[in-house]
Amino acid sequence: MPSNIEFDPIRLPPEAEELRTEVRAFLDEEIAAGTFDPETAPFTNGFNREFARKVGAKGWIGMTWPKKYGGQERSFLERYVVTEEFRAIAAPTRVFFTADRQSGPVLIKYANEDIKMDVLPRITRGECCFCIGMSEPGSGSDLFAASTKATKVDGGWHINGTKIWTSSAHLADYMIGLFRTSPPTEENRRHGLTSFLVDLKNTEGISTSPIHQMTGDADFNEVHFEDAFIPDDHVMGAIDDAWKQATSELAYERSGPERFLETLYVLVELVRVLGEKPDVRGAEGIGRLVAQLHTLRRMSVSVNGMLQAGKEPVLEGSIVKDLGTNWEQDLPARARDLAAFVDPEAGNRAAFDDLLQYATMIAPKLTIQGGTREILRGIIARGLDLR
Amino acid sequence: MSEADNIVVDTTTKIFQDLCDPQTVNAAAMGEDDGWKAPLWSALEDSGLTLAWVPDDLGGAGASIVDGFAVLRVAGGFAVPVPLAETLLAGWLLARAGISSPRGAMSVAPVRSDDTVTLGDDGALLGRARGVPFARAADHLAVVAEAGGEAVVALVDRAACKLKEGVSLAGDDKDEVDFTGVVPIEVAATDGIDSSALMLMGAAVRACEMAGALHAILDISVEYSKERVAFERPIAKFQAVQHNLARLAGEAAAAIAAAGSVAEAIATAQVFDDRIFLEVAAAKIRVGEAAGEGAAIAHQAHGAIGFTLEHVLHRYTRRLWSWRDDFGSEADWAVRLGEMVAARGADELWPMVTQH
Repeated sequence: MPSNIEFDPIRLPPEAEELRTEVRAFLDEEIAAGTFDPETAPFTNGFNREFARKVGAKGWIGMTWPKKYGGQERSFLERYVVTEEFRAIAAPTRVFFTADRQSGPVLIKYANEDIKMDVLPRITRGECCFCIGMSEPGSGSDLFAASTKATKVDGGWHINGTKIWTSSAHLADYMIGLFRTSPPTEENRRHGLTSFLVDLKNTEGISTSPIHQMTGDADFNEVHFEDAFIPDDHVMGAIDDAWKQATSELAYERSGPERFLETLYVLVELVRVLGEKPDVRGAEGIGRLVAQLHTLRRMSVSVNGMLQAGKEPVLEGSIVKDLGTNWEQDLPARARDLAAFVDPEAGNRAAFDDLLQYATMIAPKLTIQGGTREILRGIIARGLDLR
Repeated sequence: MSEADNIVVDTTTKIFQDLCDPQTVNAAAMGEDDGWKAPLWSALEDSGLTLAWVPDDLGGAGASIVDGFAVLRVAGGFAVPVPLAETLLAGWLLARAGISSPRGAMSVAPVRSDDTVTLGDDGALLGRARGVPFARAADHLAVVAEAGGEAVVALVDRAACKLKEGVSLAGDDKDEVDFTGVVPIEVAATDGIDSSALMLMGAAVRACEMAGALHAILDISVEYSKERVAFERPIAKFQAVQHNLARLAGEAAAAIAAAGSVAEAIATAQVFDDRIFLEVAAAKIRVGEAAGEGAAIAHQAHGAIGFTLEHVLHRYTRRLWSWRDDFGSEADWAVRLGEMVAARGADELWPMVTQH
């Protein structure tokens, strides 16, 4: 049977392009006002509540969600433009990005009306940061080995155990966490996990400790639960059946512009450092990188457009993430090579070197976070009907 | 456009399935029997596919640009060894100059950016074009020539030209054509189509064929790895093989997306501007890279059998390698694209990538 790989050549609609102009003007203003500095933004953790509130006021958080929850009911292609413009300039989106991309949609699907009316509008105003509690000291890629336990008590659940590598947990207001409510069964080792909404700021028995990364940053954490009480109505979806809940949001998660733009600043500064008339080696190197970037972006827009149109480009979405994260990971090494003969004192060489060093250090994580390359290739192989 | 609901694509697929099955063609080629060629060409001509890009009033089928590119992707998926793409291109070029297309096979020239053909005041052509695909199989050639600083299109009788016969890496005709002294059948000025435009269109054509071929070798490799048993199980069950094929899928996907994007861009463009240049350059570069990576993975998945003349894999991989060089290689396009990006400057990079 022939494999079904299609990328409809989707262009962003005029309303999305109008929005782009608006977003760029907004970002220019914020840079001028000193809210963030694109030259140094890559080195910062991007956690900026002031910026988040301003973005919220623009209506650009949760913009595809229903209006009654604070959304704008705009299309995923409009959201695409906002996301890619923020990413391309390394705008500080950490407060709201996780909630905007995945936690909000989980709430819309599984939370009761009271919770939706309470939490979602706060997300859209940029007031509410989410983190994702998946990995544990004994379970990383193997999600279904999770053992942090949720024990039924009167009116809710007691959580005990530890999550790890949880980005922003020390700053976040909420977590969507995956906890064990039953042991796995013989027939189905994925059985027994349940998704919960955890109010990190108002729950006793939760503590976070930072994990220092090789870059010197410390934006991920261990999160410890000791008899932390979660009320019944904070269960997201069916008890024991969280494994069934992976849906089309996954394709959005895997195929967005954030999957290939994390180190874009290196390419921009490479072009600057090589100057207006690079030699043939520099020109060829830039040309190839731009061709690859353009293709990735066309693939990513295509998957988002197909999702918007009601198609299910699941395999295509996984492929975008695999190609995109590998590209953004390789970019620093390739830029380093191409800049090898640029005078150390030339133009922006010092700034380029600083950014390059940082990008080189963060590169390894790009094919680990959000699902490792190996897991992803297994998923693609399944999509090809190989397993 | 999706392939499933397209009648042109369905017709093309049917013709190739019936008359250009790679296995059959491969076996015939091994026996030096080219009896399959004439029926295939007749079927393609009779269905109007060879002149898809020529309007009715110039003797063609008047299909859309997008449909023509879709046909070429299907053709690539069958590793079609007849000058369908070249005839389509020639018809397009002649139509842009308002020249009617003759029946029969055609090709185009020049196909390298460093070759030039000129039209002298005496009405005769001067110059040569190297690496012209299927020149010797063609009845006519559509040539972009320089005439007093202007680009013109000339319809030329191939038999009047001197050929130095050559063969491509894929075993297809690839000839040097000397036009010196040849008086064209017809000459006309164009609406902004020059040799650069022919390079752009030619590169887009090859990108679409290569995308089809890459999709085909992905499918062939997946099927083979599910059938081939080693160490008591299908090799598809080995993680190392799975991950290689996942990479091949990624390369095929990039090619499909890049080719689809450039086809759509050209179909909706009024002129060959910088935006089209970016689309074409990106597609030819990225698809060319995918061809190299993809062919290597497909061969690795097949082991020794894929290296035999008997197996069909080489019909695709040799064409993929060969097509990379037609109408500008990855390196050619990358240097030019890189120069454009550099000249515009670092701060224009992102606006350029997002211009559409």
